Amino acid sequence: MTKRFTVVGQPLPKIDAWGKVTGDTRYADDLVLPRLAFGKLLRSPHAHARITRIDTTRARALPGVYAVITGADLPRVKFGILPVSQDEEALCTEKVRMVGDAVAAVAAVNEETADRACRLIEVDYAPLPALMSIQESLAHPEVRIHEYGDGPNVHKNVALQFGDVEAAFAAADLVREDVFFYEGNTHLPMEQHAAVAHATPDGKLTLWSSTQTPHYVHRLLAKILEMPAAHIRVIAAAVGGGFGGKLDPFSHEIAACRLSQLIGRPVKIACTREEVFYIHRGRHPVLMWIKTGFTKAGDITGCHLKTWLDGGAYGSYGVASTFYTGVINPVTYKMPVYKFEGARVFTNKPPCGPKRGHGTPQPRFALEVQLDKAAEQLGLDPADMRRRILVEPFTKTANHLTVTTIGLGECIDRVVEASRWRDKAPRYAAAQAEPSKPLWQPRRRRGVGIACSSYMTGAGTAIYWNNMPHSGVVLRADRSGGVTVLCGATDIGQGSDSILAYLVAEVLGLDPKDVHVHPADTSLTPVDLGSYSSRVTLMCGHAAIQAAERLRAVVFKAVAAKLEVDAATLEARERKVGVAHDWDKAVDFARAVELGEAMHGVLAFAGSYAPPKRAGKYKGGGVGPSPCYSYSACVVELSVDEDTGEVELHDVWIAHDIGRALNPLLVEGQVEGSVYMGIGEALMEAQVFRKNVHKAPSMLEYKTPTTLETPEIHTILVETDDPEGPFGAKEAGQGPLLPVMPAIANAIYQAVGVRVDEIPITPEKVLKGLELKRQGKPARVGPDRVPLFTFKEPIVVESAFGAPAEAIAVRPFADSQT
Amino acid sequence: MIRLPAFDYVAPRTVDDAVRNLADRGPDAMLVAGGTDLFPNMKRGQFEPKTLIGLRGIRELAGVSGDARAGLTIGAATTLSAVASHPDVARRYAALATAAGLVSSPQLRNAGTLGGNVCVDTRCNYYNQSYEWRKAVGFCMKKDGDICLVAPGSDRCWAVSSSDTAPVLWALGATARLAGPAGERTIPVSALYQDDGIVYLAKRPDEILTELALPPADGWDSVYLKLRRRGSFDFPVLGVAVAVRREGEIVREARVVLGAVASTPREAPAAATALVGQRLTSETITRAAEAAAGPAKPLDNTDFTHPYRKRLVRVYVARALGRLAGLHAGPAMEVIA
Repeated sequence: MTKRFTVVGQPLPKIDAWGKVTGDTRYADDLVLPRLAFGKLLRSPHAHARITRIDTTRARALPGVYAVITGADLPRVKFGILPVSQDEEALCTEKVRMVGDAVAAVAAVNEETADRACRLIEVDYAPLPALMSIQESLAHPEVRIHEYGDGPNVHKNVALQFGDVEAAFAAADLVREDVFFYEGNTHLPMEQHAAVAHATPDGKLTLWSSTQTPHYVHRLLAKILEMPAAHIRVIAAAVGGGFGGKLDPFSHEIAACRLSQLIGRPVKIACTREEVFYIHRGRHPVLMWIKTGFTKAGDITGCHLKTWLDGGAYGSYGVASTFYTGVINPVTYKMPVYKFEGARVFTNKPPCGPKRGHGTPQPRFALEVQLDKAAEQLGLDPADMRRRILVEPFTKTANHLTVTTIGLGECIDRVVEASRWRDKAPRYAAAQAEPSKPLWQPRRRRGVGIACSSYMTGAGTAIYWNNMPHSGVVLRADRSGGVTVLCGATDIGQGSDSILAYLVAEVLGLDPKDVHVHPADTSLTPVDLGSYSSRVTLMCGHAAIQAAERLRAVVFKAVAAKLEVDAATLEARERKVGVAHDWDKAVDFARAVELGEAMHGVLAFAGSYAPPKRAGKYKGGGVGPSPCYSYSACVVELSVDEDTGEVELHDVWIAHDIGRALNPLLVEGQVEGSVYMGIGEALMEAQVFRKNVHKAPSMLEYKTPTTLETPEIHTILVETDDPEGPFGAKEAGQGPLLPVMPAIANAIYQAVGVRVDEIPITPEKVLKGLELKRQGKPARVGPDRVPLFTFKEPIVVESAFGAPAEAIAVRPFADSQT
Repeated sequence: MIRLPAFDYVAPRTVDDAVRNLADRGPDAMLVAGGTDLFPNMKRGQFEPKTLIGLRGIRELAGVSGDARAGLTIGAATTLSAVASHPDVARRYAALATAAGLVSSPQLRNAGTLGGNVCVDTRCNYYNQSYEWRKAVGFCMKKDGDICLVAPGSDRCWAVSSSDTAPVLWALGATARLAGPAGERTIPVSALYQDDGIVYLAKRPDEILTELALPPADGWDSVYLKLRRRGSFDFPVLGVAVAVRREGEIVREARVVLGAVASTPREAPAAATALVGQRLTSETITRAAEAAAGPAKPLDNTDFTHPYRKRLVRVYVARALGRLAGLHAGPAMEVIA
């Protein structure tokens, strides 16, 4: 039976659209409180050094300065977002590990004074050797960035094996080994991080912050400040873009809190764009070695992947990132046997972390480019080859992940058709043989490339082990007929508040305008773990639906009594509750709420969600499971200029298996934003360092595309109605980024016969490849060696490949009563 | 955020008044017209003027007069948008319209001026950074330090001339009018620059650039091509301005001027020589393009690698000449927003 919806599926505007476009939205930096003081952090100019002396006397003496603090003014506890990586200090006490590490903080009457005071703080450093790459860090075990980890400068070393890869390679007709490198890049949200802290004389503390995860910040503040969590309130201000860059607790938040406690005034610290580049937590640079066996028909017999991640100076989410470079790969194509080895290395650079796609764009690039190379060797069309080897729905992967619905076949068909792939691919490939034009004429050659991907719809496990809901909603119905949603989720621009309003309106037969969604506030809203891993729509969505259904049940009961009908015959629509065949008697929703309140008391209902427990029963099995996976297929058409190496994108066709588009406009927005971000990563963006300092920490010189560099994006939504999703929905925020980079690389190869196995694909690299081609050498640009490195003995687990998924798993809290 | 430091602002109404103010206040004063380059540099501490002398209120500094037959005169405070869209400029001095239209973004072209672009500070990615960044790397001689970080063995600054309009005005044979305490003088634009990243202008510190004069356009055609990462708003990392005067199909005069590959625009006389007396054929274009790269001395202090920028001189000169020859009817190199 087809589900019928009134709000779901409609291309509605976001509920906060007017605020955004009129400038009414108040971000953390817009907040002003009476007696507000302004803070500023002093950051290290050294990449690696011991702090031998800090003297704040002159800064404190500057008129207008309220307080100057160093690490000595904070409890001596180290913290980190993951329980296994507690390696950060808000203000470094003994050692700095990167240019940009915070060492002191000032609160003053205004920003100018705070800035001047920072320059008056005297810090003596004893420089240590700086390790700026994976290779350097591994080559210098005598220089230790941290004292903990899985080896000198090795933060994490993991190895997992599912089945016998050597046997799989022996059974293959073609075995390819390739090496790839993916340079780091950063999130570049429009809004720079900012926080306002207000400590009051009663010993309580409120923090407004541009954060994606008020709950984790709340927990960690209690630890870092050594005060009861019950006395701390974290409020998520409107967030102007996150992309994973606002998922850790940060120095500026903690310093603002401490300064406010000391001076008895609210304190605001708003980071500069340059500081945001140092906060980072962005895409890890990853060196990859991938070996895959193929049959003549294009089936994968087995795959072995090794990854080395450049983690930067701190742990952040790095342990998870390390696993993510390996564990999601088997979710797309049939991969009966799989081995993954990964290592994250500390370097003296800003810490890397969870940028959109978290750890998966890098191996996705490697896998999809390698597939393209294999397809050529096997004489197969790269679209057809992929289409043939897709994972079967409702089965398990080699590494024990459960795949539910998979719409990737339709995604491939749709982009192949829309892009006229079958016509263009052979035509452009043949045109490569045509002679070049003279130098004075731009010599451009066209190419099309394809790639696919998959991504989680929410991580199956929380960051800290617990049995509680991952997401909670409290719904309160008002006698006015309005409904208030309290939920700890943060809308970072992706539209999660709107989704909550749509879903509640759908269940209660209201207009989304009737639903007030309160922003995340740890003193008011039930916990949601945060806006990461594409979890919010699915998890908060389920919690909101559950709460709304509970509210509806009580309202129906009251209306049924009033109308003297069976509650089961009632429906809610058009702001009324009534019986379909006797709609004239339907009562207004506001009246229905009054009846409900008269019968039941205050109408406030909770909904809870926790994902099904499907983690593989092996160490590390907790990273990768998700209620369901989204899928994307992408075709890119571009031109390559043979004399400049420049790549011009013409069109991107992308089909995304969204499960169900709760609002197609929002989904298209997420897909287009992902494509745009993918283009930047593929062609331009690079978080790179020179003389141990970030080379270009500014919006002007850190190159990222603008609307003018963005081609026409043709978005196709494929709906699979996943049983795990709220009304069948899957994620849209991250998955569609993933196929873009390899599709571009594959299209460049098709245009000019050059393989750039390294991201970003700059004009210089393309030109170098063309030069090699002219010289008759292999036209490949990219890394050609991997470090000498011993991975751990792998944890060997039997491959679960192809096993039928158990009937849809029971979800905790699904049936429990209010 | 980074705050703009405090400063005094003076708003003279005449050029004389501005000249007097500049002389009175000496080296602590700077001129501001559009402010699109100056204010960011003040925020980052590259410029630390105590006083800004605003030129926007001086009527005589803005506007275009004359015609293409006699030559055009453009006030230094004319906005880049106005220059780019001026019909005579667009029709008869096409390279100037292109160059003005490719500076930065539409919003900044509405504020930024031709004089400001002609005098724009040289750029270097060791220099165009915040105070904290420069401290971390070590200050350079252009500001607060004493060595050049791009060429540490060198005793001069290698910051890059980053004006789009300068190489074009040079190629077109334009002159610059300067007003100072000693009166006014006119010099060729080619004499306005010198190859030093710090003292890149030959203009005296107490002089104000008041106007730029273009010679008669008769017989001249010009093209400007700009290399940058993004067509939307980046500074040039290579600019190629080519102007030729033809009689029939024969080139009688030619100038090829390269931007953003040295601390000054660089003329490529060998390329011009290869064209004079010739038709613009595939062969002469190729020869001229091969000869053009010599004067380009890019270093590793802008976006893109410097060997790449050097290598692209040949390509861009060939393409510019191809356009002048009408050989190329393909899509424009640059999208003008």
